[in-house]
Amino acid sequence: MQLIFETSRPGRRGVRLDPLDVPEATLPAEFCREDAPNLPEVGELDVVRHFTRLSARNFGVDSHFYPLGSCTMKYNPKLADAISALPGLAGLHPHLSSSPVYHGCIQGALEIVYETEHLLAEIAGMREVSLQPIAGAHGELTGALLIAAYHRAKGNKKDTIIIPDSAHGTNPASATIAGFKVVQAPSGADGTIRLDAFKNVMNDSVAGVMLTCPNTHGLFEPDVHKIADLAHEADALLYYDGANLNAIIGQSRPGDLGFDVMHFNLHKTFATPHGMGGPGSGPVGVGERLAPFLPGPRVTRTEVGFGLEMPPQSIGKIAAFFGNFLVAARAYAYLLCQGDEGLKNVARYAVLNANYILARLKDAYDPAYDTTCMHECVFTATRQAKAGVRAIDIAKALLDRGFHAPTIYFPLTVKESIMIEPTETESKQTLDAFCDAMRAIAQAAQDDPESLHAAPQTTPVGRLDEVRAARELDCGCL
Amino acid sequence: MTWIPATDAERGEMLAAIGVRSIDELFATIPEHLRLRKWQVPPGRSQMAVQRILAETAARNDTGTLSFVGGGYYDHHIPAAVDALASRSEFLTAYTPYQPECAQGTLQAVYEYQSAVCRLTDLECANASLYDGGTAVFEATTMAVRQTRRTRIVCHESLNPLYRRMLATHTANLELDIVDSEPASLDGAACVIVQNPSFLGTVRDFSDLAERCHAAGALLVVSFYPVSLGLLKTPGAMGADIAIAEGQSLGLPLSFGGPYLGIMAARQKLIRKMPGRIAAATQDAEGRRGFVLTLQAREQHIRREKATSNICSNEAHCALRALIHLCLLGREGLREVAVQCHAKAEYLKGRLIEGAAGIQLLNDGPTFNEFAVRLPADAESVVERLLDRGIHPGLPLAPLGAGERTDLLVAVTEKHTREDLDTLTEALEQALCN
Ligand SMILES: Cc1ncc(COP(=O)(O)O)c(C=O)c1O
Repeated sequence: MQLIFETSRPGRRGVRLDPLDVPEATLPAEFCREDAPNLPEVGELDVVRHFTRLSARNFGVDSHFYPLGSCTMKYNPKLADAISALPGLAGLHPHLSSSPVYHGCIQGALEIVYETEHLLAEIAGMREVSLQPIAGAHGELTGALLIAAYHRAKGNKKDTIIIPDSAHGTNPASATIAGFKVVQAPSGADGTIRLDAFKNVMNDSVAGVMLTCPNTHGLFEPDVHKIADLAHEADALLYYDGANLNAIIGQSRPGDLGFDVMHFNLHKTFATPHGMGGPGSGPVGVGERLAPFLPGPRVTRTEVGFGLEMPPQSIGKIAAFFGNFLVAARAYAYLLCQGDEGLKNVARYAVLNANYILARLKDAYDPAYDTTCMHECVFTATRQAKAGVRAIDIAKALLDRGFHAPTIYFPLTVKESIMIEPTETESKQTLDAFCDAMRAIAQAAQDDPESLHAAPQTTPVGRLDEVRAARELDCGCL
Repeated sequence: MTWIPATDAERGEMLAAIGVRSIDELFATIPEHLRLRKWQVPPGRSQMAVQRILAETAARNDTGTLSFVGGGYYDHHIPAAVDALASRSEFLTAYTPYQPECAQGTLQAVYEYQSAVCRLTDLECANASLYDGGTAVFEATTMAVRQTRRTRIVCHESLNPLYRRMLATHTANLELDIVDSEPASLDGAACVIVQNPSFLGTVRDFSDLAERCHAAGALLVVSFYPVSLGLLKTPGAMGADIAIAEGQSLGLPLSFGGPYLGIMAARQKLIRKMPGRIAAATQDAEGRRGFVLTLQAREQHIRREKATSNICSNEAHCALRALIHLCLLGREGLREVAVQCHAKAEYLKGRLIEGAAGIQLLNDGPTFNEFAVRLPADAESVVERLLDRGIHPGLPLAPLGAGERTDLLVAVTEKHTREDLDTLTEALEQALCN
């Protein structure tokens, strides 16, 4: 397909403005660019056709089953699209929060922030929540900064964060960017943290421990409360990576498990669309110890309405305003619809669906761990790899059969890993069709491995040469 | 059950296939005493009820019938085609293009977005994308620290005070030396961070500063306003090493603060130090052009604690909107928008200071679409008087620590008509003279 730049014709115009109705003005040439920016010269229909055709070259949740492990690719209700388009929300200027004189204009928005923060806190058993962090990793960074502020206020000299080897890459990256050293805690053969190994790395220099629970192997950490006790004895704080909250929402709460601080991924558990990579939203929740340090300003409620207040010990501003507000408004709509029973069923059916896939595939592929799973199941394709078929070949073969691939090669602790997260919104028919395809691929791996190396063949392009991409580094047409 | 399709019969079949009697059995790995006992979550509501509740809540906001509030976030016209195209669910409901063959729509759009950003800024490489304009300042800072192995950061007075505060928060636990005025010598500095136009609207040419930075081995980071580059000298032409921006003005609604778009472009030699996703062109075995994510060894999922950034989910859909917006405007359209913003702001500026109310400009020097004025009265009380008429006359600067109680920042876009500008002038004069 052509690039939009390749369809450009000098002099063609898309959108025009009304003629200027004030006198022309000039700016000294030294402050001006020499020539108009070299953007495409195309008509509106050119643009519409180009992007409509591009869209047809994508798989999305609306068109394809998308069992990408760790990403919770559930259905994104259309209701939330309608909410995010409400003019009173989409058209609201954020700086109206900067001066008290305008606070009468933003009462509805502040109510949404306030109510969403309170609902999320209740759901996770946290004391308070801030919507400021813009994505999950930004929430992790915020959490690490909160932990640092806590220790600074207490005069503690602690500079290390413990992170299990199965953790997502953002955990060690966030801790490092916040200024901490990272120490890895190894998982045992059963895929969960070994308490003795954890004790080996736990000491007085540890400021915090970051856990994902259930972990990225799809397994609940059975010793989580013991780890919490050990951490708290040393005045270290426990961080909950909320990426997998879909597994336990309504069944168990991070706050009750002993976690002091966490992030939510609204684009996972709370069904906001992933938008090809973002925007997401990563609100941070805290217990008693960290509440005074939350980013501000905080929305407060009084008899006269909602106001804003900067807590004296706040770490400051993580976002310019209230984070990805429209994403939070979508999540709020989702929460109101689901309510108590709806949310409890989310985890129940997410876990049911994952275990159904595990049951239907466990003779065709080797499960990484021999046990029931939570919201996602992890296989290892080592058996297939012996026949020359790797996880990537299985992923590509799925594309030809009309499914997005699961997550592959993550977690790093499992060789040739295939991590499948179906979510609660998929029907048994879809799960059966996917399992049939996976089984057919396992069969083909035995009978005709070559056919899998040639996949995908039904997509607009075949496998792409990544080495060439990195060597030539053509990252834009300038 | 909302959005859960399983029937009771299917649940039974699935449980039988798994070999358990109830869903609860699957939660047996969570110790009993750690299970939820009670929570205060209200019962679910119908979609109809929720839509009504939220429409009522949204209606309690007042976006103003006529607004001149800017301060880094602007109410530009967004062509209807931006919404129509970006809301296609093949874009909206996809995720990061980990499987490039079924994400060529995403990847080609990313490549085109990177191209458009480079052409806009006159720089050689761009990522897609960062969270917003404020976090982009932090990312540029750590990038400069990695590149120069120095720890002194110089923040220019032109920088948005919110960005400056965000930088302080993000770096609180790092051993950086952040200074707010240009030191006598830039020796030892990792970078100087400037903004053009400045937060108060002033337009500058930072070419000299770029030279001084380079002579001292420091990088120049320019935070720019995308729409202004339809007219203004580009970061690349000034000699900037890294250009960053809040991309909201390119087709994103104001949205009470987000989702927005962090733009970043840089010199080619810095590409391996850049945070975020980068797409590159390549081929398949049959020689067909295609696009993939490249240089992934910079990123957290490969490099973990040694990554250039922790960013994972980004603002890709906002970047798509920005690209579509730039394509619809095109070369001449963006220039026209910028020219109109400038001309209309000049007209308003003239009318305000020539009037009888005693309004003065806070700074001399050229401005683009925004300027700061000193009123002969308390700015917030003046705003209060105009609010009754639905007019939001601008941003009082004192609460942001960016001016006196009398100072107001006034922003104009192409959407304002001459009549709008005259209305504001008259309303302000009335409020000030009575
Ligand atoms: C386990 C886990 N933690 C953290 C993250 C980071 O979240 P985000 O992409 O929202 O920054 C992810 C994202 O995929 C994840 O899967």
